[in-house]
Amino acid sequence: MSLLEIKNLHANVNSNEILKGIDLTVNPGEVHSIMGPNGSGKSTLAQVLARRESYDVTDGSITFAGKDLLEMKAEDAACEGLFMAFQYPVEIPGISNAYFLRAALNAIRKYRGEDEMDAMDFLPLLKEKMRLLEMDERFLNRPVNEGFSGGEKKRNEIVQMAVLEPKLAVLDETDSGLDIDALKIVAKGVNAMRNKNRSMILVTHYQRLLDYIVPDFVHVLVNGRIVKSGGPELALELEQKGYSWTESELAGARR
Amino acid sequence: MSSTVNQINDLTQQEYKWGFITSIDEDRLPPGLNEEIVRAISIKKGEPEFMLEWRLKAYRYWASLEQKHAEPTWANVKYPPIDYQALSYYSAPKQKKELKSLDEVDPEILDTYTKLGIPLHEQKLLAGVAVDAVFDSVSVATTFKAKLAEAGVIFCSFSEAVKNHPDLVKKYLGSVVPHTDNFFAALNSAVFSDGSFVYVPKGVRCPMELSTYFRINAQNTGQFERTLIIADEGAYVSYLEGCTAPIRDENQLHAAVVELIAHDNATIKYSTVQNWYPGDKEGKGGIYNFVTKRGAARGKNSKISWTQVETGSAITWKYPSCILQGENSVGEFYSVALTNNYQQADTGTKMIHIGKNTKSTVVSKGISAGHGQNTYRGMVKILKGAQGARNYTQCDSLLIGDKCGAHTFPYIEVKNASARMEHEASTSKIGEDQIFYLQQRGISKEEAVSMIINGFCKAVFKELPMEFAVEAQKLLSISLEGSVG
Amino acid sequence: MITATQSSEKYSEIFDQFGSRTAAQPHWLQTLRKEAFARFAETGFPTTRDEDWRFTNISAVSNTAFELAGIERVSKEQLMPLGISGFATQLVFINGLFSEKLSTLATYGKGVKVASLAAQLASDPASVEPHLGKYLNLQRDAFCALNTAFVEDGIYISVPQGVVVEEPIYALYVTVPGATPQMNHPRNLIVAEKNSQVTVVEDYVSLGDGVTFSNAATELIAGDNASVQHYMIVREGEGSNNFSTLRIQQGRSANVATHSLLLGGSLIRNNVHPVLAGEGSECLINGLFMANGRQHMDNYMLVEHASPHCDSRQFYNGILNGNSHGVFHGRIIVHKDAQKTDAKQTNRNLLLSDDAQIDTKPQLEIYADDVKCTHGATIGQFDDSALFYLRSRGLPESSARHLLLLAFANECLDRMHSTQVRDHLEKLVVGALPEAAKFIGKRSAEGAERNLEEVG
Repeated sequence: MSLLEIKNLHANVNSNEILKGIDLTVNPGEVHSIMGPNGSGKSTLAQVLARRESYDVTDGSITFAGKDLLEMKAEDAACEGLFMAFQYPVEIPGISNAYFLRAALNAIRKYRGEDEMDAMDFLPLLKEKMRLLEMDERFLNRPVNEGFSGGEKKRNEIVQMAVLEPKLAVLDETDSGLDIDALKIVAKGVNAMRNKNRSMILVTHYQRLLDYIVPDFVHVLVNGRIVKSGGPELALELEQKGYSWTESELAGARR
Repeated sequence: MSSTVNQINDLTQQEYKWGFITSIDEDRLPPGLNEEIVRAISIKKGEPEFMLEWRLKAYRYWASLEQKHAEPTWANVKYPPIDYQALSYYSAPKQKKELKSLDEVDPEILDTYTKLGIPLHEQKLLAGVAVDAVFDSVSVATTFKAKLAEAGVIFCSFSEAVKNHPDLVKKYLGSVVPHTDNFFAALNSAVFSDGSFVYVPKGVRCPMELSTYFRINAQNTGQFERTLIIADEGAYVSYLEGCTAPIRDENQLHAAVVELIAHDNATIKYSTVQNWYPGDKEGKGGIYNFVTKRGAARGKNSKISWTQVETGSAITWKYPSCILQGENSVGEFYSVALTNNYQQADTGTKMIHIGKNTKSTVVSKGISAGHGQNTYRGMVKILKGAQGARNYTQCDSLLIGDKCGAHTFPYIEVKNASARMEHEASTSKIGEDQIFYLQQRGISKEEAVSMIINGFCKAVFKELPMEFAVEAQKLLSISLEGSVG
Repeated sequence: MITATQSSEKYSEIFDQFGSRTAAQPHWLQTLRKEAFARFAETGFPTTRDEDWRFTNISAVSNTAFELAGIERVSKEQLMPLGISGFATQLVFINGLFSEKLSTLATYGKGVKVASLAAQLASDPASVEPHLGKYLNLQRDAFCALNTAFVEDGIYISVPQGVVVEEPIYALYVTVPGATPQMNHPRNLIVAEKNSQVTVVEDYVSLGDGVTFSNAATELIAGDNASVQHYMIVREGEGSNNFSTLRIQQGRSANVATHSLLLGGSLIRNNVHPVLAGEGSECLINGLFMANGRQHMDNYMLVEHASPHCDSRQFYNGILNGNSHGVFHGRIIVHKDAQKTDAKQTNRNLLLSDDAQIDTKPQLEIYADDVKCTHGATIGQFDDSALFYLRSRGLPESSARHLLLLAFANECLDRMHSTQVRDHLEKLVVGALPEAAKFIGKRSAEGAERNLEEVG
């Protein structure tokens, strides 16, 4: 059974139609990459999957782990195992990274009928994941993302992913703004999470990330539609030829 | 009744031959404020001569201000002009209408009590339900009274103190907030109804937290409360005022005065949780809370600490302050102030450093939601002789939604070069972004708001006595219900 | 001392003569230079009545007749103690003019170009034209106009798409004072294309303490998702007046960090002007200035948020001793569409003497409504409790003070990504605090600070 099944998805933002009929199937263990120019709807797709209310789904369906995703609130989708690494992670003043992440983990465990994890057990788990992402332990007690550089925020997203162990991780431009060293660390963290039961969708603007996290499938999103799909070599072709190549291909196909 | 009071009664009865006599027997004085009313109030309360004279002096000063239309207008709050002659300045302690059971209580009120986690028997008390003999609140109060008597602590109503401890009252009343201090202090000094009086003798650590809840002869929250707390050398007292349950009052204007005096090595901790009726969602009605609170840290190593959680009142104007006279004295101010819907608050604190090596800490957290307007006005004044003074001020504003406002007016006056000042201010917003971030990690919207607010107010909540802190947290959650998203 | 009129005449004269020196420059550059000079002639030098120069009196420059410096003979031996060794590429400029003899250039493949600007203009002017002068604001700043009028040489660095240059590129600008006051105007151009990465170090030194006027300008263009580290060190001689402007242009998710260390010079003015033009770009401006004697160090920032979701951070630490005067002027402009801006500015200053002075002026101009801006400044002496802690562990007071100074300076140094550069700079800082030399290496300072945190 597929993990994620998107059929004919249409979505609006502020009454403008951004997604114009997306079809996508993601099976367990697969890593898909979605690439596209600015305004193509990449982030919109990620936000719709994460169930953000301000994004209006006007048509289509999304099935996640056999359940209707569109019927779920954001926190329920999260508890069902959907994780999004934000493109622009926000600061949450007054709540430490450690406190927040334990609250999140326990919310998910509670939903699943499991026992909560106490601080004594949680802390070593968190520290281990922070080491993997080369985050300084000092960050444990700092308010969420406060004073973090862009790179640190992105790495923090992956630390969270490592702790929450989702079924499906949607990484929204996790590579944007990172220098090569930070990129390698993030890739290390993400690759360590790859297994046959976990799937990932990498939304990316730049091809370079895919040298380090090699996807199984690459989809090109232009103007709210997936215009081309292929393997990792498609990403290279896209990088060389630019997005207009796919638009002309699409136009050609329509004729 | 004492002979003095008899004499006054005779005098006033004579005066009132000309039309006022009937009103003495009634529960209320007619509206208006003049010298006769002030006298009548004093008579009704059976006060000694010195008290009446004190009131009259204050009244005359207030009247002179009122004539000049000198009501303060500099605060960042807007309200329609108050007609002081239309208010009634005295009403006898009401007998609360007794209900037979909680079933007779307005369900909305009960709902709030439940959300606040107020235990059932307390709910009954608050709602005015007849209390049965099994309930031990009376015995609790009696044990309380006994313990205090053992320690030598005086804790009674202000009216009682005027009668039973006139020397103490004479010595300290008005020494921290003189009637000339400001318009509302003058008004209060003329017509104050009642309040608390606390005296803790030398070296005594008050054995329990004093709470208005347990004040013997507890009456309705007075319109013009007057409170005086004195901690003698080496004494310690922690006083709690107010409660989280919403209080309604048909009297709209509340102008209280609180004076604290701490002698050598003494500490006074004054905590307030205020949730007076804030007006409806359209901003109609609601209480005006104009309070003057000041503590004099007179002695060496003395300490005065104000902690408050203010969520109610339509308009709040208060600046609990500390005058740091004694060497090494310490002043603290921890505050969470919330304005929602159409509430307005212009609040803050004044720390006046006079003695050597004094220290003050100000942590102010303002939360604005709805169309609320929250202004922080803080003054730190370091006088010339205040060698080695230190101040740390942290003033944070949290905005929920984009129709509310937060404003900060810090005043810093330093006349001594050895002073060390640290000021931090920040403004953040709980936007849909933060809530969604938490939701995407599995946390529900309500819990998310609660987490953020508590994180924001943490530094203040930890200064409150524990039970108050728990109630205060719940109070904030309830007050902010529905304000996000 | 000369009057304004005399100064104006002098500069015109020099500009005309300069024309012959630069006759081989492409036509577009000559036009640009003429426009720039016209602009300079129009406005003249700023005075303290100009808002941007309120705290800095530049009459030492405006009232002195400077000649345009020419190339001087400098030997490798003379250079040794001045520069920082250990870089694969070391470009040396004498009075703003490239010296091939004294420089070393590593080989770069993949289309990376590192050269002197003059050489690049001669060999491939078409590579320079799209960028030079397109960003530096001649209207607002007379020094920028003056620099542009006298464009001749400096560094040219171009990194093509996707290329990562690991090793820092080091440029040493040596000002050689002459018998009479002399000026030089180095002009640098750094272009990092999409997805590329590069580190550049600009180091300004003097061979002597005579009166000089160095007026440098750098245009740094960071393409989409590029990552650039920039370091600026100013340690010229006692008679030097050093002005510099770093104008940064950032594309989508571009990441630029610029670090400055101001140590030596009589009058130093360092302008940093990043424009965050692409969404999600990030800028870190990290500076340390240490002034003594009668030095004047003015740090002027203008950070422009022109696109949504951009982050900017300014961290400036100042240590002021003697009769010195420090200035921090931090302007942040958030344009109307720059929603979700996150801007932070912190200026911390330590005054070590009664006569040292600091002016700190944050300025926020915000035209968008969903924005987060925080700014903070502290001015003070030592934290008595920290001093006391160290002394209670046996350190004599003077050592304790110097240790705390080093810790304060390390706040800035610790933000530097390149350990190679950072270590060199730490040595320079320690050199400026003689007694702290005993505690070389971060361990002790860090240890002391961490202990302090535990003690609370």
